Amino acid sequence: MRWRNSSTHYGLTSIVLHWLVAAAVFGLFGLGYWMVGLTYYSSWYRTAPDLHKSIGLVLFLVMLVRVLWRFVSPAPGPLASQGRLTQAAAKLGHSVLYLGLFLVMMSGYLISTADGRAISVFGLFDVPALITSIPNQADTAGLVHEYAAWALVILAVLHALAALKHHFIDRDATLRRMLGRNPG
Amino acid sequence: MLKKTLAALVLGSALAGGQAFAADYAIDKEGQHAFVNFKISHLGYSWLWGTFKDFDGAFSFDAAKPAESKVNVTLKTASVDTNHAERDKHLRSDDFLNVAKHPTATFESTSVKPTGDGTADITGNLTLNGVTKPVVIAAKFIGEGKDPWGGYRAGFEGSTTLTLKDFDIKMDLGPASQTVDLIISVEGVRK
Repeated sequence: MRWRNSSTHYGLTSIVLHWLVAAAVFGLFGLGYWMVGLTYYSSWYRTAPDLHKSIGLVLFLVMLVRVLWRFVSPAPGPLASQGRLTQAAAKLGHSVLYLGLFLVMMSGYLISTADGRAISVFGLFDVPALITSIPNQADTAGLVHEYAAWALVILAVLHALAALKHHFIDRDATLRRMLGRNPG
Repeated sequence: MLKKTLAALVLGSALAGGQAFAADYAIDKEGQHAFVNFKISHLGYSWLWGTFKDFDGAFSFDAAKPAESKVNVTLKTASVDTNHAERDKHLRSDDFLNVAKHPTATFESTSVKPTGDGTADITGNLTLNGVTKPVVIAAKFIGEGKDPWGGYRAGFEGSTTLTLKDFDIKMDLGPASQTVDLIISVEGVRK
């Protein structure tokens, strides 16, 4: 398989980025949901949030690469079998997923850096605080983070259901394309 | 203005029957010579200190009749500050202070019992996290007198210990951290 996308096929770069982000989104959601309920004496009480933040910041880098890659190697066009409305819905859905991802990541970053503290990424390097002046920053960003995260996973589930619908009902190449298994 | 003051004085002395009467003081919120601090044990190894930045209140006090003193304080629980934004966010959540549901805490004294030279036990109702319970604040009179700017001030310190579970605070911070000490220092400006 090629690294780059063609007009009909996703290349390895886009495919790997897509599934990495998918795994991170659901993993981070689960981790986040679980960690806020931990008891104080749990051995994960400190490590789970550290992991959540570290993975989240790495995901931010991955998403930057992913957006850049769209310009370097544009995604293949829509399948000819899909109607106008389907194409428009897909385009809108994908845009909202991208926006949602950045909203969740940035709001999360703003919680932890609200009073100027840096975030340590796996203890390897620190990401400094840049914005500390939003009123009630930790709380406001916290609310945005929570609601946006819920919206994002719900949308991601709809996105997955739509892919399955294309695969099993429409029997088109939408899902196979993203698995690198469409012929030609 | 002068008329009003005179009227208040006449009315005041009429009510007090010519005797000395307790003066009313407003907590000096403007100059913030007032603190509601707290400390709670961290794992039994150190003290975690915090403060509530936004509160207001009033008291009446007469050094000759301390038992007739009264005090009330209203505090915005969202103003909790422990020098750590992420922790403060957690403290405001329903694991602790539940500030969305219970934005204010209040204390209203019900009796003041002098216990010695300049000290007294102030009993009153504390409402915190929607729970009202009587608490006793061990108070100490610090001083009173004219300030350099034409006012008259009196100040106190006090402390009490609250059991977190008594006020429905859900989070369990471990065996060493079941209670929190409140350390209060207020200065009032005579009205």
